Amino acid sequence: MATNEKLLEVKNLKQHFKVGRKGVVKAVDGITFDIYKGETFGLVGESGCGKSTTGRTIIRLYNATDGEVIFDGEDVHGAKSKQELKKFNRKMQMIFQDPYSSLNPRKTVLDIIAEGIDVHGLAKNEKERKERVEELLETVGLNREHATRFPHEFSGGQRQRIGIARALAVDPEFIIADEPISALDVSIQAQVVNLLKKLQKERELTYLFIAHDLSMVKYISDRIGVMYMGHIVELTTSDELYKNPVHPYTKSLLSAIPLPDPDYERNRTRIEYDPSVHDQDGEMTLREIKPGHWVRCTEREFQQYKRELENN
Amino acid sequence: MEKLLEVKDLAVSFNTYGGEVQAVRGVNFDLRKGETLAIVGESGSGKSVTSKTIMRLLAEHSVIKRGEILFEGEDLTKKSEKQMQKIRGRDISMIFQDPMTSLNPTLKVGTQIMEPLIKHQKMSKAKARERAIELLDLVGIPNAELRIKQYPHQFSGGMRQRVVVAIALACNPKLLIADEPTTALDVTIQAQILELMKDIQKKMDSAIIFITHDLGVVANVADRVAVMYAGKIVEIGTVDEIFYNPKHPYTWGLLGSMPTLDSDEDELFAIPGTPPDMTNPPKGDAFAARNKYALEIDTQLDPPMFKVSDTHYAATWLLHEDAPKIEPPEAVKRRMKGFAASVKEGEM
Repeated sequence: MATNEKLLEVKNLKQHFKVGRKGVVKAVDGITFDIYKGETFGLVGESGCGKSTTGRTIIRLYNATDGEVIFDGEDVHGAKSKQELKKFNRKMQMIFQDPYSSLNPRKTVLDIIAEGIDVHGLAKNEKERKERVEELLETVGLNREHATRFPHEFSGGQRQRIGIARALAVDPEFIIADEPISALDVSIQAQVVNLLKKLQKERELTYLFIAHDLSMVKYISDRIGVMYMGHIVELTTSDELYKNPVHPYTKSLLSAIPLPDPDYERNRTRIEYDPSVHDQDGEMTLREIKPGHWVRCTEREFQQYKRELENN
Repeated sequence: MEKLLEVKDLAVSFNTYGGEVQAVRGVNFDLRKGETLAIVGESGSGKSVTSKTIMRLLAEHSVIKRGEILFEGEDLTKKSEKQMQKIRGRDISMIFQDPMTSLNPTLKVGTQIMEPLIKHQKMSKAKARERAIELLDLVGIPNAELRIKQYPHQFSGGMRQRVVVAIALACNPKLLIADEPTTALDVTIQAQILELMKDIQKKMDSAIIFITHDLGVVANVADRVAVMYAGKIVEIGTVDEIFYNPKHPYTWGLLGSMPTLDSDEDELFAIPGTPPDMTNPPKGDAFAARNKYALEIDTQLDPPMFKVSDTHYAATWLLHEDAPKIEPPEAVKRRMKGFAASVKEGEM
């Protein structure tokens, strides 16, 4: 269950990539949000909006251009000793999108899952190492016997379970799941989502769930941040986001999801997003429009959105 | 209405080192002019193989074991490669999933759109060029005159898929096969491409076979739906029949595994297990091992198609008169009432 204790604080995080000699892509351009202990925070947006870059920067796969990431009260970016890094790496793990390319094809499942155990010296001997891996396999719904096999012997859904077992191997507190179900079939997606929810309950995990499938994000997340062009444009609880979307981009995104309901589909009208509707002068920042509901806007838009929300 | 396409008892196998993979095991359906049939199912259910067989685009190690594909009364399985080349792109065309790989990176976009026009419709180069510009306009690519001189890498993913649609439509095909045409695209781009396809279908009266695993997309585009599992169609009906009155437990599973936007279910209704190995299909109903409603007979005999209505058929023993009356699970019933929760009450 979500608590009021902050586990992760992201403050004005920026990630700019150099392109060619002069160009700069501002993939993530100053985003700020908190993730509370035990909650699932969803990050949605279209390809190129910076959601994956955000996840990868938080876990230090990239060095941030600017900004802070504070995990459990400690700044995780900036100069660190190897010891400190190791400690931090144990607390935070990642599950990747593509279960075909994220598992080393030349290693057995045992060695893939045990890598973290080896690095952190969590098993005293070979027997304990194997036992831990077998336990993990059972936790994620696979068999003990699977330990000696290679990744190519598994289906997509099973591979994603192996990826989850690997992330769990070091007993992390926080898991970043970057589109963990996008590559899977619908029926298998539900299996993996159920597994993630079950693990969260049992192990008190906190998730950052990155996805572009809004209906799944809504289902699994407590709160959702909508990203557009490197910024979070709206951030609130998942119910509030679906019931009272405020930012025009969020409205457009929600109106574009087809639902498995023919009658609804016959009447659905799509709202297109036109970035030029925004107030051109005035400072754009995240403002709290209602307790816990933040929207990126200027002061004038803030007043306008507030009126709209009250009239609803 | 006139039948454009009839697929009768089609079976396709692959010969591999591991033995014969029975990818398609007796598929029957028909398609009328101007109609959209969606084929849904998991990876490996045979939906793409079925469509590639209609186009006769199968790899060399595959064999059509039996069956007929009647297109305007002519059996496509009997055509030579040369005859098929005249049909492909002119009467039947295809849109593939990945716009990144289905265009030739070394040819200008214009050249690729003009190719079928010059080949099939014997247009002059100048005329084909004019038509190519019209087509790009039609699929909503601005500055068409300039864009036809560009290469695929100069287009974004959504724009590339529009180019693929333009090529597919170049000769006003009677049948368009779209194999997961929007799966690689973002939702907003997906919505645009779907609107585009429907719009063009109205103008040209083409029939569409739409292959996808996204049930939201199915509800949006389809007139009729065929659900495939392990190389067979297990349920077929109008889009309303499949979504509001599904009869096959596999269809229940597919519907139940999608989260609704308004409910707070603790757990999604997942289909347990994985699809069967088709080198050695199980005896009886292939879905039995994953089906909690499976009956004794399912392990012995494959169920025939039971008639639900004139347009609605399902292959499950649950529809047999001696079978116990089983209601779909709660989660599925809720979805049958409509995902959007505001519609459909008491009509079933």
